[in-house]
Amino acid sequence: MSKKFILNRRSVLKYGSAGAVTALATPYFFTRGALAEGENYLNAPKGDTVTFGFNVPQTGPYADEGADELDAYKLAVDHLNGEGDGGCLSTFSSKVLKGNGVLGKKVAYVTGDTQTKSDAARASAKSMIEKDGAVMITGGSSSGVAVAVQGLCQEAGVIFMAALTHSNDTTGKDKKANGFRHFFNAYMSGAALAPVLEKAYGKDRRAYHLTADYTWGWTQQASIQKFTEEIGWETVNNVLTPLAATDFSSYIAPVLNSGADVLVLNHYGGNMVNSLTQAVQFGLRDKMVNGKQFEIIVPLYSELMAKGAGDNIKGVYGSMNWNWTLPDEGTKVFVKSFGEKYGRPPSNAAQTAYAQTLLYADAAERAGTFNPCGIVGALEGFDFDGLGNGPTHYRAADHQCFKDVLVVKGKEEPSSQYDTLEVVEVTPRAQVEYAPDNEMFAGGDLGKCNPGA
Amino acid sequence: MDALILQILNGLDKGSAYALIALGLTLIFGTLGVVNFAHGALFMIGAFCAVTLQRILTLSYTVEDPTRTDFLGNPLKVDTPYVVHWFGDSIGHGIIEWAVPLAILFAIPVMLLLGYAMERGLIKHFYKRPHADQILVTFGLAIVLQEIIKLFYGANPIPTPAPDAFKGSIDFGVMIGFAANAIIYPAWRLVYFLFATVIIGAVFAFLQFTTFGMVVRAGMADRETVGLLGINIDKRFTIMFGIAAAVAGLAGVMYAPINSPNYHMGMDFLVLSFVVVVVGGMGSLPGAVLAGFLLGVLESFASMNEVKSLLPGIDQIIIYLVAIIILLTRPRGLMGRKGVMEE
Repeated sequence: MSKKFILNRRSVLKYGSAGAVTALATPYFFTRGALAEGENYLNAPKGDTVTFGFNVPQTGPYADEGADELDAYKLAVDHLNGEGDGGCLSTFSSKVLKGNGVLGKKVAYVTGDTQTKSDAARASAKSMIEKDGAVMITGGSSSGVAVAVQGLCQEAGVIFMAALTHSNDTTGKDKKANGFRHFFNAYMSGAALAPVLEKAYGKDRRAYHLTADYTWGWTQQASIQKFTEEIGWETVNNVLTPLAATDFSSYIAPVLNSGADVLVLNHYGGNMVNSLTQAVQFGLRDKMVNGKQFEIIVPLYSELMAKGAGDNIKGVYGSMNWNWTLPDEGTKVFVKSFGEKYGRPPSNAAQTAYAQTLLYADAAERAGTFNPCGIVGALEGFDFDGLGNGPTHYRAADHQCFKDVLVVKGKEEPSSQYDTLEVVEVTPRAQVEYAPDNEMFAGGDLGKCNPGA
Repeated sequence: MDALILQILNGLDKGSAYALIALGLTLIFGTLGVVNFAHGALFMIGAFCAVTLQRILTLSYTVEDPTRTDFLGNPLKVDTPYVVHWFGDSIGHGIIEWAVPLAILFAIPVMLLLGYAMERGLIKHFYKRPHADQILVTFGLAIVLQEIIKLFYGANPIPTPAPDAFKGSIDFGVMIGFAANAIIYPAWRLVYFLFATVIIGAVFAFLQFTTFGMVVRAGMADRETVGLLGINIDKRFTIMFGIAAAVAGLAGVMYAPINSPNYHMGMDFLVLSFVVVVVGGMGSLPGAVLAGFLLGVLESFASMNEVKSLLPGIDQIIIYLVAIIILLTRPRGLMGRKGVMEE
């Protein structure tokens, strides 16, 4: 009996290995076959459509953000194809997009669920590239996922337009020539937040960090620590928490007796909703420590998190890439377009997703090709406006966008369910800029664009 | 010292959930001999009973308020729950606010029926099959239940708050003679611990002091003999399956304000609860409860910064480490009986 079992296991291993080798080899054949005749790049569109791949978390702790991003992508496709009210095509400073598709081709799309897991995200991006012929992948909602998918796109030879990814590493040590990020990063959050925190809470503070244990959490914690220590704060402790954690009580209890008077939650999405709610349940916000009122800071905010956390968010500082209440024309047009279609204002994740889709389409029009190297050339050093963030620059050295950053605070007296955050300062771009070789972004190599040929 | 007490409270709180789920698992295993991998899903469905009742209570009608505008500048649509319309502002909102405790009443019949249907409809066909088959079918059932919940409620956690009276924290330190503000603990977590204690006590009392319980205990010890006495033990065991499902469901209902319910929450608890059952001793009800609280407290201690600085990552593996040590030194678990799961 046991002999038979062992033989079965071997045969399973044998056939399994053969299957795995076949599976590994298959993408290569797909890749070769996908190169269009006369077009020396991967997945060159042959018919009258061009396919974009929207790779977002539809399950997992960042599923809310993923759903909002997906809605924004669909809206962008509508506008590119001349449907709906055209949205930001009218306010975008570049005027090459006419609402008749991109390079004469109607935009089609495929979607994937990253599950907020790098392996699942790579698998779904791979499927979109190899089976669906996606010429561009966009998405995010977790820097771990974004970095993994960006690497895959570089190897495969398609463009990756990162959406919600805030880790310094995305355009730091893990930057890639085929990858572009419109969203701001952890360094910028620290640079924008610290002066506001100094004004609100003073120079003499002791901070305790709870940090999501992956690339985004690490770089955000390091950035916030750097900038708060520069204003005189002391960092009491930094405790890493698993991304899958839902109960933070064991991590919050030690904060109570640590001597800290500020808790920095380097958490996002569902993690942040749970950790903030539980921190408030533990009475942290009612506590006096070192003669000061205990404070909580959430360095990276989103409207969806604010909604999930409810009243707990009131008075809590954080930073954002964009907010739907901004007064500029690009914002107004986008909020109207999104709001009329979906019945709610867009989040800053949705805005970056929308902007990235338009930026890619615009780059293709200006370059006259979907060839990744043409897109890279068109986006590097590109200056634009009218998408909601004010004048913005896509830096060639690391493919990071530079623009103003918002410091926000949970609103004390919200007038509606969407009126959760108030912009307390628009930090000018100059204050959050850094050199490409800044130590927090050191290492890695942008490399050369890969057209997949 | 106050830090230790805080972690003990945390541990008892976590242990409450482990103990309640493990208690149900052991009841099912002890009576029907089935290893029920769908038990975590029953915990999850219990939490969604709270979500469902909250949604029922907040069913609303919409009226446009021309004096106010929404974010697009259109007249604001104001939702008014029917409960508020019928009972007035304060009573209506009071009912909505107490949705989670009220959901206990809602969950008991739902979970009893679900448990009964699961046992009669599927699990009874696997009594004479190997444990591997039982595990596969109940695990499959758990996935089906998860996906059904995901289909109706989505994949995102749904905030389900406790009543306002229990939303904040209480000064537990003062209650046990410490200085003010030394031990602050969330009120609802204390409620959860007390609730778990009552449920566990009620299950034990039911088994110990009722005729029904006596027959079930006799059946657990020697099913054949009880059957030969002319007692329909199968029917009683089916009812026990329903009761076990109800215990898991109630654990889920009351857990909803601690962690917003999501379709996957049962799986998060299932593996740990099985470890609890094995550590406590397969088939031993007191063992399951003891191990639940013990492992909860140990897990909490392992999360202390002082412990983690000595043994990095210990908080992630402590339960499994203790399980290995206990099984090496006491192969039947803490309170396991001879002959259970042994050839």
